[in-house]
Amino acid sequence: MRLSRLSRTTLAVVAGLILVIVYVPLGVVLVNSFSTSTSLSWPPPGFTLEWWQRAFQSAGAMEAVGTSVFVAVISTAIALVLGTLISFALQRFDFFGRHTVNLLVILPIALPGIITGIALNNFFRTIMGVPLSIWTVIIAHATFCIVTVFNNVIARLRRTGTKLEEASADLGAGVWTTFRLVTFPQLRSALLAGGLLAFALSFDEIIVTTFTAGSGVTTLPIFILNNMFRPSQAPIVSVIAVVLVLVSIIPIWLAQRLSGDEQKRR
Amino acid sequence: MTMNATAPASARGEASGPPEPAQAGSAPGGAPRRGIPRPKATPARRASVFLSAHPRVRLGFLLAAPLFWLGLVYVVALAALLVTAFWSVNSFTGEITTEWTFDNVITVLTGSLYQTVTFRTIGVALLVTIIDVALALPIAFYMAKVASPRARRILVIAVLMPLWASYLVKAYAWRSVLSQDGILEWVLAPFGLHTPGYGLPATVITLSYLWLPYVILPIFAGLERVPDSLLEASADLGGKTWPTIRHVVFPMALPAIIAGTIFSFSLSLGDYITVNIVGGANQMLGNLVYTNVGAANNLPLASAIALIPIAIIFGYLALVRRTGALDNL
Repeated sequence: MRLSRLSRTTLAVVAGLILVIVYVPLGVVLVNSFSTSTSLSWPPPGFTLEWWQRAFQSAGAMEAVGTSVFVAVISTAIALVLGTLISFALQRFDFFGRHTVNLLVILPIALPGIITGIALNNFFRTIMGVPLSIWTVIIAHATFCIVTVFNNVIARLRRTGTKLEEASADLGAGVWTTFRLVTFPQLRSALLAGGLLAFALSFDEIIVTTFTAGSGVTTLPIFILNNMFRPSQAPIVSVIAVVLVLVSIIPIWLAQRLSGDEQKRR
Repeated sequence: MTMNATAPASARGEASGPPEPAQAGSAPGGAPRRGIPRPKATPARRASVFLSAHPRVRLGFLLAAPLFWLGLVYVVALAALLVTAFWSVNSFTGEITTEWTFDNVITVLTGSLYQTVTFRTIGVALLVTIIDVALALPIAFYMAKVASPRARRILVIAVLMPLWASYLVKAYAWRSVLSQDGILEWVLAPFGLHTPGYGLPATVITLSYLWLPYVILPIFAGLERVPDSLLEASADLGGKTWPTIRHVVFPMALPAIIAGTIFSFSLSLGDYITVNIVGGANQMLGNLVYTNVGAANNLPLASAIALIPIAIIFGYLALVRRTGALDNL
């Protein structure tokens, strides 16, 4: 297949246009974070740094960031362990019910968030009689984060095969030594990529979170939702949005570098 | 399982064989050869040997924790949701009565409100999915097959970055773009056009925007897996661009495309926050569930409503399972 110059150009233009549409709303948020108008009117009547100042002094926002990081770190850690275990089981073994287990891992992300949310809400409150707290949020988040780790790790396992591990076993290394010195180094970047995605997924989740958070647990998305419709707080939400996008460049750059390094090595 | 074939042989040999002297002395040929020191029989070593000789035990160790977690937290929760749909709420005390009744399911299946909202939700989800695939195909194809490696890397970052911007922030961004004195009105007014304002079209636009990266990424990954050599082969055999795309690229990318549609369809089906932010007074299935969990405090009815998207998604998953789309999620 050889693409003509015309079709290449057309594709490039279409791709460019789509990206423009993707970034315009984010740009609007950026501009609004400096706007003197609190009602999102365009063009902005004037510019001010007041919202940026207030956002960084807002105790509520800072506390919400802390809560979100806490939840995301613990759920990512749980997801890393469970996701790695299950990818080994599914990639290296053939057993009865393998496809069902595979479906089970995908299900929390394939079903709409509201289903996961209400199912867990019902499970905690009516079935178990556990009051909702920050830990119920973590349990819920870990459940749907498993799949991102699983996807990355199982793809890596498929690609690396078992030759090196067999060689290690033949040379007398035990299961633990082989894992520590052979398997884990091969998995490291896949684990990082999966972990980053899991962290992002948890950090941004709102639907399952509203159904599983106890009163008083305010993650950043809950904080944003609570303040979005308050005129005096709305521009602060814009500031938080801009900061989040800027901060997100770091992990994306990191993930890209990792996959780039690997392509060079192969 | 290829590992058992070789791994246990060496491990078992060390465990059960008679202890040989660590220094093997000289080989029959006469050349001196140093033997490999035998590993110490520590408990860790013994456990390791046992594990490598018993793959089923190994599998058990691997599966125990994840299955316990997913089984207890997720399967039990889903099953409980199914059961709860057949319970009811005492209208005086607000307590859940655990007596079997089909009332909720009948209400949901026959009530005109639920039917209208169900069809509206499915319509929105389908429309969003179609828009997203239509937008994702050209950009994913450009990224995977046309752009230079450098441009590709920049494009991947450009597509990924909005993923990290909070879901709420993006919905909120569209609220400001679409508002009566927002940027869209400002751009369109000179042409005599107007912003659609808040309503179902705004919901479709915003949802398509939100899920677009989730559709682009699997399709991009799928297209990237189509080897360039196949495209060259097709060209060498006289295949023009369009037939090549139809007969070579498309069949190979189809599972990835379907994987993308699972995201956009399922995420739209359960959404209730976007429709709150930009949808005006319109309700989707998610809103009905949310109201019944929160304000109305009728979990059984909410569970019964939730059965609708569950049934739809399971139907869709069953339909696409054979295409291998689930491996592309």
